[in-house]
Amino acid sequence: MIKVDHLSKHFGGVHAVNDVSLEVNKGDIVCLIGPSGSGKSTLLRCIHGLETVDEGAVFMDGEKMDPADKAKYRQQRNRMGFVFQHFNLFPNKTVLDNCTLAQITVLKRSREEAEKTALEYLEKVGLLDKKDSYPNQLSGGQKQRVAIARALCMNPDMMLFDEPTSALDPEMIKEVLEVMKELGRQGMTMIVVTHEMGFARHVANRVLFLDQGHLVEEGDSESFFTNPKSERAQDFLSKVFYDAE
Amino acid sequence: MWETFLSPDNLTYMLKGAGASLALALGALFFGVIIGIIMAAMKLSKSKILNVIGTVYVEILRGTPMLLQVLFFYLGVPVLYQMITGTRLRVDPYVVGLIAMSLNSGAYQTELIRSGIQGVDKGQWEACETLGISYVTMMKEVILPQAFKRIIPPMVSEFITLIKDSSLISCIGVAELLYTAQVLGAKYYNYLDPLIIAGCMYLVMTVTISFIARKIEKRMAVSD
Repeated sequence: MIKVDHLSKHFGGVHAVNDVSLEVNKGDIVCLIGPSGSGKSTLLRCIHGLETVDEGAVFMDGEKMDPADKAKYRQQRNRMGFVFQHFNLFPNKTVLDNCTLAQITVLKRSREEAEKTALEYLEKVGLLDKKDSYPNQLSGGQKQRVAIARALCMNPDMMLFDEPTSALDPEMIKEVLEVMKELGRQGMTMIVVTHEMGFARHVANRVLFLDQGHLVEEGDSESFFTNPKSERAQDFLSKVFYDAE
Repeated sequence: MWETFLSPDNLTYMLKGAGASLALALGALFFGVIIGIIMAAMKLSKSKILNVIGTVYVEILRGTPMLLQVLFFYLGVPVLYQMITGTRLRVDPYVVGLIAMSLNSGAYQTELIRSGIQGVDKGQWEACETLGISYVTMMKEVILPQAFKRIIPPMVSEFITLIKDSSLISCIGVAELLYTAQVLGAKYYNYLDPLIIAGCMYLVMTVTISFIARKIEKRMAVSD
């Protein structure tokens, strides 16, 4: 469904993403993991087009995503939902209006239709009772679930998550991961940048390990966590799992 | 002596002057907002030429005295007009005063609006981008409402500044508040009392506006 072909991205002299290729098939749940500054967020943002691609390309269903071909590029991007670390809900709009704005103005749905869809997804993330609240009245976990519902309202074929739980209080993390897990169970294709190793191990079916912009290791999640092949990944895993012994 | 100035005729004359000051300030604020939005859009656009136009406008009008600008439009522009077209241009001091104040205020408001828009979190722009929302919808529904909220307090001080600066228009014969005070002062050979009365009238206007502004700010803080 998504193919990344020898993609590179520089910021000034820094090689944020360095010659990365990967493929994501329909129904895949892929986790991008690695230390901070390894380029995993940048890679995800390049896939969606939030960052321009310096070298290489991203293909969707075999067709190149090319910003120059505006109409097509727009369509391709609209097939992906994006969830940010800092939620980025619209603070001047209610939860319901956050979910309907793009439906009405982009998909040209009627207000009733948009609200019906919004309520459906708000129920899915368990926040139907918050529909008339403003974002500042919600907890971090609730905000992130609204952000997920808002993205789902656009009926994307795949969802991209950029460290969706990194800005949350520890107690809020689970409610968000549960929503994502359920989404995966229903067959949603997902690419998730995360530091939640439990989620990567048990929910993802594939793990990509990045370090300093390079794709160091790739494998199914179970074998990656039990038997990492590269030294860098072994080192990383030994440090993130705290073992009191 | 006070009775002289507080007589119905003289008091009405000064109140009319105060009304003119307020009207000039309101008009300049209104046209200034329109100029400000246009110029801010130019300064934020990707076009180099538009950037330069916006920057030059702001720098010239903020970098020269407003009194000079008023005199330039009242005394200088007609000369320029005659040099170019050969015919005389009769200008109305009220209109010239309003134009000068609007252009001057527009420069300050350009910067207010520009910084207000740029102050909105980058994540808001990105969220709109990932949802496929168009530039116009994004500005109208998401960015400008948030920008204006942060612009309102400095906009209120701009309005207060305009009320005070409208006194500069007295030098071209517009009967605003300071002008009326000067006329009455000359008439009775006493400048002290009318100036104090005018000062009080300015204060009533500015303090009232500050008070209303604080109320509005408090109410808006609730949805923050």
